[in-house]
Amino acid sequence: MDDFLAARLQMAFSLGFHIIFACIGMVMPFFMSVAHFYWLRTKKEVYKDVTKAWSRGVAIFFATGAVSGTVLSFELGLLWPKFMEHAGPIFGMPFSLEGTAFFIEAIALGFYLYGWGKLNAWFHWITGVVVGVSGLLSGILVVAANSWMNSPSGFDFVDGQYLNIDPIKAMFNDAWFTQALHMCVAAFVSTGFAVAGVHALMILRGNNLEFHNKAFRIAAIFATVAACLQPLSGDLSAKDVAVRQPAKLAAMEAHFHTEKMAPLIIGGIPDTLNKRVDYAIKIPGALSFMATGDFNKEVKGLDQIPKNEQPPIAVTHYAFQIMVGLGMMMVALSLLYFFVLWKKRHWLWKNWLLKLFVFATPLGFIALEAGWTVTEVGRQPWIIHGVMRTADAVTPMPGIAYSFYLFTGVYVSLAVIVTVLLYRQIKYLRS
Amino acid sequence: MIYVVIVFLWTSILLYILLGGADFGAGIIELFTSKANRAKTRKTMYNAIGPIWEANHMWLIIAVVILFVGFPKIYTTISIYLHIPLVCMLLGIIARGTAFVFRNYDAVKDEMQRVYTPIFVYSSLITPFFLGIIAASSVSGKIDPAAADFLSAYVYSWLNWFSISVGIFTVSICGFLATIFIIGQTTDVQNRAHFVRKAKRTIFVVMFCGALVFVAAYLDKIPLIEWIFGGWPGIIAITAASVSLVVMFIALNQERQIFIRLLAGFQVTMILFAATYTHFPNIVLMKGNANLSLLTHQGQFKAIESLGYALLIGSIFILPALFYLIYIFQKKGQDESPH
Repeated sequence: MDDFLAARLQMAFSLGFHIIFACIGMVMPFFMSVAHFYWLRTKKEVYKDVTKAWSRGVAIFFATGAVSGTVLSFELGLLWPKFMEHAGPIFGMPFSLEGTAFFIEAIALGFYLYGWGKLNAWFHWITGVVVGVSGLLSGILVVAANSWMNSPSGFDFVDGQYLNIDPIKAMFNDAWFTQALHMCVAAFVSTGFAVAGVHALMILRGNNLEFHNKAFRIAAIFATVAACLQPLSGDLSAKDVAVRQPAKLAAMEAHFHTEKMAPLIIGGIPDTLNKRVDYAIKIPGALSFMATGDFNKEVKGLDQIPKNEQPPIAVTHYAFQIMVGLGMMMVALSLLYFFVLWKKRHWLWKNWLLKLFVFATPLGFIALEAGWTVTEVGRQPWIIHGVMRTADAVTPMPGIAYSFYLFTGVYVSLAVIVTVLLYRQIKYLRS
Repeated sequence: MIYVVIVFLWTSILLYILLGGADFGAGIIELFTSKANRAKTRKTMYNAIGPIWEANHMWLIIAVVILFVGFPKIYTTISIYLHIPLVCMLLGIIARGTAFVFRNYDAVKDEMQRVYTPIFVYSSLITPFFLGIIAASSVSGKIDPAAADFLSAYVYSWLNWFSISVGIFTVSICGFLATIFIIGQTTDVQNRAHFVRKAKRTIFVVMFCGALVFVAAYLDKIPLIEWIFGGWPGIIAITAASVSLVVMFIALNQERQIFIRLLAGFQVTMILFAATYTHFPNIVLMKGNANLSLLTHQGQFKAIESLGYALLIGSIFILPALFYLIYIFQKKGQDESPH
């Protein structure tokens, strides 16, 4: 494996691993706070049990997220020193602020986990809310750094030099809003369906019904509302990408030929050699409409993008199709759930509905990883869009393949251990 | 504003050594505790650091962020030439953070505890060891930007007697901080006497490891004696630290807990000061007299300015919250773990 590919893969795996735990850390504290709130108000023990069970999960996932985040802050330099040398000061603002937010989150978590019975009841509850809010904030802030890579601003690139740095302009870059929105909603979708699915499985098994029903309800509401909001956010993102990163859009959609009334391609296998997509469903005009709001507007195709500025088409396209496909499935399930809540309440305890939620458990996280693949692979060959190529940013140190294998081994082991711990938590709950 | 940023950098590193160090020490002293005493040491220690360990380790992130935002050339130089010890340190951080939480939060207390504990304990030793190596290597002058082969560039930059001895010294400091810290955590008189004895023994270990550093510096032809004792600030710092050691022995016998902790903090601050003052503003010393200075290699003006403001504003939120966290959980004394 060559060093450059190893570096890219290592970064991808580190980010892919971290994002799962970061999402859970961003979202579960809110679930926890809702259950906690119900306990403080209704005094029903079941809500306290749900809160405590969830907070144990939060502790485990938070620690794993924190250490993988530490690794990432070093990996930026270990793998991409040429990038960091120039980008560090430019996009440092969001990182500094993210550090602050995360620090506050760590402190609040200390209060929350260890403060049961020792702090004023409502103050204790607030520390839980703070964990969620600061977690969400640090997610939003760190996304500002990534969006800067997609829409660089706040500096002048003159003769290979980065001049007139303005960190505020860099932080408030064009892509930040749509990326941050999409990420936050994605965190709720992925965590929501995962948590709801686990509890649905327990209900199907007949364990601790009151506990799991309450837990399921809280998670499912968050998940389903978020799932329905996500396509709206996705639309904003796509329209934004169509303007700023047409190569990314063209790769996502496997859109080979620039044309007006561009068709939306669903499914299919892109054939890069012959520049077409086989076995796809094509909806005429739909891509033009979705990307620009006008059926007659032209959408730039890969034919207008120089070969050496094109991202890997197949990976980006498949990842995009997976993300949207799973997203639509979750929307369908959510709409069904709303319908049941509205008109067919007795269906809430039907096995088939619960089984659908169990099936949906990993879908949010798979869509999340697919989505990040779209945006990261779709940005290639650039590490700073239009300014610095990823290949020019990598460390000169050879042997990165070993580092990649090592970290992958570590992440796989951690994933296994966390899964086992989760399994044991659930088993313990049963008794 | 550059001086504000530099102060924050130095302080973050110091706070990481003090707070994170005591944290690491919790695992380290377990390695050097007899089996009979291990359980009570462990219980006391983990209850104490439980609420604050996540926050303690944040200072490292703050220091790293300050480096890559404010002094990117320094960050990237260290990231390139000290890649290997950095990776080892990161593996230690991962192992430690996860093992600590897993052992506390695993719902079932069974033989898995026998897996978590050694991982926690050994990673508590490995991480500060490599931190010390990295710190020493940045000033040892062994980083060679003109290196022609892999070994010279990426191995001999850090694999030498001096760096290794500083690694060992760092481990001993962490152990020392933990032994001092644990004294105030137990109300049991017998336990406290035991921990006091341990602290005294650890002080001698630290002094011995410190002496080793000077020996290693001599072997590697590093003018350490001149660096530390060459100027009045260094002489005063080391003298103050030594005098306070004597005071500490007396205080240990009198069990004045807050005072001993302040003394320990003071001593470590003096050591860090003595180790860094002579090079200022250089923070990385490389072969062939190439140096990276905090003042000439800073990021552009606006970047430093906004970093400074971010740090100042951030502190207003973080520092009071952090002190309150430490205060609340110290006051509540020994508590059962949150199950």
